[in-house]
Amino acid sequence: MKLPLGYLGFGALVVAVVVTPLLSTHYRTFQFAFVGIYLIALLGLNILTGFTGQISLGHGAFMGIGAYTTTILVVDHGWNNLLTLPVAGIVTGAVGLAFGLPATRFAGPYLALATFAIPLAFIGVLKRFPHFTGGTLGKQLSPLRSELGLHTNPSLWIYIVSWVVALLMLAVAWFTVQGRFGRALRSVRDSEIAATANGVSTAGMKTLAFGISAFFCGVAGGLFAMAVTFVNPDTFPIDLSILLLVGVVLGGAGSLGGMVFGALFVEFIRITWGPALLDLFGHVHHINTRAPGSSLVVYGVVLLLVLYVAPAGVAGLVRRVATGRRSVAAWAKPQAAPAQDQA
Amino acid sequence: MQEFFQALTTGLADGSIYASLALALVLIYKATEVINFAQGEMAMFTTYIAYALFTHEHFGHTLSYWPMFFLTLAIAFVFGVGLQRIVIRPLEQASVLTVVMATIALLVILQGLAAWIWSPELKFFPSPFPTSTWVIGGVHISKQDVGTFGVTIACVVVLWLFFRFTKLGLAMRAGAVNRAAARLMGVRTSWLLALGWGLAAVLGAVSGMMSAPTQFLSPTMMDAVLIFAFAGAVLGGLESPVGAVAGGLGLGVLLSMLSTYVHVITPELRLPVALLILLVVLLVRPAGLFGHVVVRRV
Repeated sequence: MKLPLGYLGFGALVVAVVVTPLLSTHYRTFQFAFVGIYLIALLGLNILTGFTGQISLGHGAFMGIGAYTTTILVVDHGWNNLLTLPVAGIVTGAVGLAFGLPATRFAGPYLALATFAIPLAFIGVLKRFPHFTGGTLGKQLSPLRSELGLHTNPSLWIYIVSWVVALLMLAVAWFTVQGRFGRALRSVRDSEIAATANGVSTAGMKTLAFGISAFFCGVAGGLFAMAVTFVNPDTFPIDLSILLLVGVVLGGAGSLGGMVFGALFVEFIRITWGPALLDLFGHVHHINTRAPGSSLVVYGVVLLLVLYVAPAGVAGLVRRVATGRRSVAAWAKPQAAPAQDQA
Repeated sequence: MQEFFQALTTGLADGSIYASLALALVLIYKATEVINFAQGEMAMFTTYIAYALFTHEHFGHTLSYWPMFFLTLAIAFVFGVGLQRIVIRPLEQASVLTVVMATIALLVILQGLAAWIWSPELKFFPSPFPTSTWVIGGVHISKQDVGTFGVTIACVVVLWLFFRFTKLGLAMRAGAVNRAAARLMGVRTSWLLALGWGLAAVLGAVSGMMSAPTQFLSPTMMDAVLIFAFAGAVLGGLESPVGAVAGGLGLGVLLSMLSTYVHVITPELRLPVALLILLVVLLVRPAGLFGHVVVRRV
């Protein structure tokens, strides 16, 4: 029997999104708003990593570009918060395309390598042009007020906005990976040679995937800026980019539903789950489980364990429980080793 | 003229640090096609070990610089071999992407551990070279720059001699060219990969200890250096050790010249400029300046 896991999962997600704020404090609601925001970013990165097989260590900076776009439009040009979101997405998507154009012409590791420089370069550029970006001090947004005739508290309002956009973007991601276009993306991941032989432009698909994923991260970044009401160069460190990638792998690269788990992980590992996990051991060995760096160690180890034990991530585990079949993440399968010739 | 020579020596000193880390990247890349993202963090971590050796008393007295330096290199070697055996080897049959992800996990873990053990605050790290300068024909040349350049390049040369003139070096080169054939010839390729990681860790330790005196010791100190090293390695072609060294040195000099003569480029823009150079090189010569195009057959 084949379970319609996708539809069941989507239904469960919608119910959970509606019920969560009813059961949560303002602070928890605010945290869950970030889960929605990270979900958008992970969906984007997943299109690049999970479906097209390209690693990026720079998508935190793309969130940064979206966040700065929103902030500058609102603070310096008096735009409405919500109207900046599409612009944040398009600006970031354009930057992503422009970057992807040269970077994605190259196979495998070169792309990951070039993207590694984006977050640091981004911070450098922000500091170099302070009259535009606010420099090291950053920029302050006014606190978000509910609109559209709703009178909710700010936490609930950002929650509603984030999740409405997140569900919308989930639908967009779903349509993106369907049909001919989705197959072309996956063919690049599974075998570049076979993809080329079938008339798929691998460089073109990679560049497009890069642009689309940047668009998602731009929208997520815009929402992020509204939620924290403050941006500066340290808001989008390289750690964020790495954490996003970890979220994709942990949730299950190549699975849209898995990104919900990834987003929960990204939001909660640093402040809630990481210290709690360490406390389990901390009592025994008298170590300082709140020390700086401890949460990094936890999520690094979690990532390693996932790679060893469940390369298909949480989504793979769920599928395995539901269908009784062990699935190997397509992105983690070794490509058939091509013979090499040196010319 | 003086400005030029000062920019040149500073550039060569910086460049030699990039060169040794770039060479470490190429060592691992050539053998396994894996970019080791943890290379910078391995360098940082071993530099912290050096710091611990240097500041703690051992049996009533502290180590002086050079014993500490060589002891650190030995520890780094064991550290690199151990990481490969424990973390990377279980993924031997996995895809390149999975191994790259594992090196990213290592990056995160090492950075976290360093902050956890030694706190994220900046620390002073000693230099074996005096801060004074030599004056040759009116040009001030920093002894620190010359020393850094000398030590790093000496390590690179020793490594080159090892690869060129020892049987083990030959076996490693054979393993990098064709792993299956090397194994059929009786070379234990799995251990050679561990050896490669060990040597890469040693090169990393050299670059870490040489760059720490000028920019202080911190868990993130090698992030930028790693990117310059990447850019240097790509500039020279990721397949070519000579290219990596030349690329690293060239990038160091180029950046130093740019920040001396082009005033728009402030220190904040060093990284964006390096990224730009990287992208332009990839566009014009995807295989790097010293690399060759690899044709793949199905």
